[in-house]
Amino acid sequence: MKKRQKRLALVLGVVAGLSVATALVLNAFRDTMVFFVTPSEVMAMSDMPERKFRIGGLVEDGSVERDQESTNVMFRVTDTAKSVTVTYEGILPNLFREGQGVVAEGHIDSDGVFRADKVLARHDEEYMPAEAQEAIERAGHPTDIDKGY
Amino acid sequence: MIAELGNFALILALCLAATQAVLPLVGAGIGNERLMRTGRSLAVGQFVFLVASYAALTWAFVVSDFSVEYVALNSNVALPTHYKVTAVWGGHEGSLLLWVMVLAAWSVAVAIFSKPLPREMVARVLAVLGMVSVGFLAFTVLTSNPFDRLIPAPADGVDLNPLLQDPGMIIHPPLLYMGYVGMAVVFAFAMAALIGGRLDAAWARWSRPWTTVAWCFLTLGVGVGSWWAYYELGWGGWWFWDPVENASFMPWLAATALLHCLAVTEKRGGFKVWTVMLAIVTFALTILGAFIVRSGVITSVHAFATDPDRGVFLLAMLGATLLGSLALYAWRAPKVGLGGGFGWYSRESLLLGNNVLLVVSCAAVFIGTLYPLALDAFSLSKISVGPPFFDAVFMPLMMPMLFLVGMAPRVAWKQGNPQETYRELRWVFVVSVLLGIAWPLAMGAWNPLTALGLGLAIWILLTAATDLRNRMMRRRSQGLGGMLRALRPSFLGMHLAHAGLALVVIAISMVNTYEIERDVRLAPGETATAGKYAFTLASVSKVRGPNFDADQASIVVTRNGTQVTTLTPQRRDYDSQTGMPMTQASLHRRPSRDLYVSLGEPVGSDAWLVRLYYKPYMFWMWTGGLLMAFGGFLAAADRRYRLARDRSTVSQTDIPISGRDVRQEVS
Repeated sequence: MKKRQKRLALVLGVVAGLSVATALVLNAFRDTMVFFVTPSEVMAMSDMPERKFRIGGLVEDGSVERDQESTNVMFRVTDTAKSVTVTYEGILPNLFREGQGVVAEGHIDSDGVFRADKVLARHDEEYMPAEAQEAIERAGHPTDIDKGY
Repeated sequence: MIAELGNFALILALCLAATQAVLPLVGAGIGNERLMRTGRSLAVGQFVFLVASYAALTWAFVVSDFSVEYVALNSNVALPTHYKVTAVWGGHEGSLLLWVMVLAAWSVAVAIFSKPLPREMVARVLAVLGMVSVGFLAFTVLTSNPFDRLIPAPADGVDLNPLLQDPGMIIHPPLLYMGYVGMAVVFAFAMAALIGGRLDAAWARWSRPWTTVAWCFLTLGVGVGSWWAYYELGWGGWWFWDPVENASFMPWLAATALLHCLAVTEKRGGFKVWTVMLAIVTFALTILGAFIVRSGVITSVHAFATDPDRGVFLLAMLGATLLGSLALYAWRAPKVGLGGGFGWYSRESLLLGNNVLLVVSCAAVFIGTLYPLALDAFSLSKISVGPPFFDAVFMPLMMPMLFLVGMAPRVAWKQGNPQETYRELRWVFVVSVLLGIAWPLAMGAWNPLTALGLGLAIWILLTAATDLRNRMMRRRSQGLGGMLRALRPSFLGMHLAHAGLALVVIAISMVNTYEIERDVRLAPGETATAGKYAFTLASVSKVRGPNFDADQASIVVTRNGTQVTTLTPQRRDYDSQTGMPMTQASLHRRPSRDLYVSLGEPVGSDAWLVRLYYKPYMFWMWTGGLLMAFGGFLAAADRRYRLARDRSTVSQTDIPISGRDVRQEVS
């Protein structure tokens, strides 16, 4: 093969590789992207999405009920307009507090309860307090919840 | 007073850096030797002033001078002294000072160890390093000065974040910075070569050991960071695909590609243009990492007090770096010419394949990290991509890469022979497949991905071992000494690093498949099991640490009725931050598994929530990382780099200048 042809084939090979990679990335994005939804938006939804999503807001004061005999816990996440009941099985983050920001990832059951696989509070590696703040702003109460931290 | 002296030294260092960025470059341009020589003295001077500045800040910490705002925010009187010393880099400003000091140390190292290099080259390298230093020093002085005063001074400081009061934290940032900043040296070599128009095998031979050493530090930095997250964050994860982790992983991937590219450039004169591109990209990714971590676009344990000015400054620096280096690249690179030709089946082509895979995975991490941030920045929508995304993209890219890691060292440069590879490796391949299938069966649960991962790791280990054996057997007639001498450090280092990677792959495959995690509620006397291990809560008691109170559980672990160990996880309340409990996990480590227990909150009258982990083969994750770095250091210590340097001073003609010469030499 001549040098020019060789180079052309090389370029084509790289382009093909990149297209496969792009397809891979886009596909993975579509399948694994987790959208963020506020409690008000959850309550406004007519049919619940089957895939996982995230909700965020404040842990409603006085809403945390811990089952004394198991690791189950139930609480409500509010954006100050609407609130969603969340259940979780396991150990909550150290900084999970009533009245403080929280993000939960999971899905809604047929009974309208949000089953969280993951609960994030401040100081967790992935936590974004902005999500909690965003929920409150989207609910029409632009507050500076940073003061609460 | 000491703080003012430190500030003064910092500003002087900035002035010296600005001079270093200009004088040697002008000298190299007009051929003035005196101007060129200034580079070395200025680098040393800059380093001395930065050490003085750093010492001043350390002093402020040791004597708890809370009139310095940074000290007041990151230390307090009760903090143990060794943590006071390491608290210097516990916050944004101080860690930046450490960064610029490490950069100056690398510059001095270049000044010392590059004596045999052509003086124009040294002058240009030091000038580029001076420019980088000006950027970071200006950033420190203008937006993040650690010596800012706080008047009136508080009686006591806020404290170092308790998460950072840990031995892992003492070594993680310096190692990582050594790696990051080392990439600036590699970048400077590439830029100097572009400015001088001298991109040849000799250039590759000079920059290769620097790249390798920087890569080793980066590997150690990333590894220690993961190790720290594993036991200190308390929840057993070792990699979260968190933006901050990705910020250090992207340069690592690019640097790994660069490392292998430089091998081709040195040996065969090929891939030159691509190598320079990777050097630019790697360095740009380190600045991008700084931006991600320090601009406040994300919040995590790494994100310090946020300030929009800092983000803007870092973005400007990133823009200037990319604009300047890419303009130079566009101007100079087309004249470089191609390197030696190579066949379809050759070590070059396999390394090229690996390079593409590494760069594509780096791009995938880049997209996964920045796309959600960008969407958010433009208020389009809020999404998050977590481990599922990265796993889905990374696995398919890494599998062929791992296969090539085992194969490429066995294929000849320029033109390999597929039949020969087949003859040499068929049994190794068969054994890898069989062991890959059998090992998961022995672990009790078979899974195709696990078998594939383990098989590939075994493939790498076996190809490396047989390669080492073959190399030694060829010198059989020379006795044991001759056989050992056949293992040149660069050759042995390469295989050790690859074996380290294989160990990491084994650990990841094992822990992802066979890990057991349980959250349980335990009252004293109650038992829960994870795998074959039974965990019994014996008691919970109050203990007092140097600056914290803690509830400490005593958990007895048994297996088949015999006691294995007693674990003592704690839930700490630091004096400085009451109401913010910290989890201190307790581990029992063995090569085949870690037992990991952390203490959650109390429930009911006397029961506690406890998280139990059985984590198989975690030990090999860290061992593998260490082995990778060790292999790298070994390779960088190879005699041929010293020889090459010595030779290049005598005459440059025996080093192939362009690809054409390489071809003639080989054929």
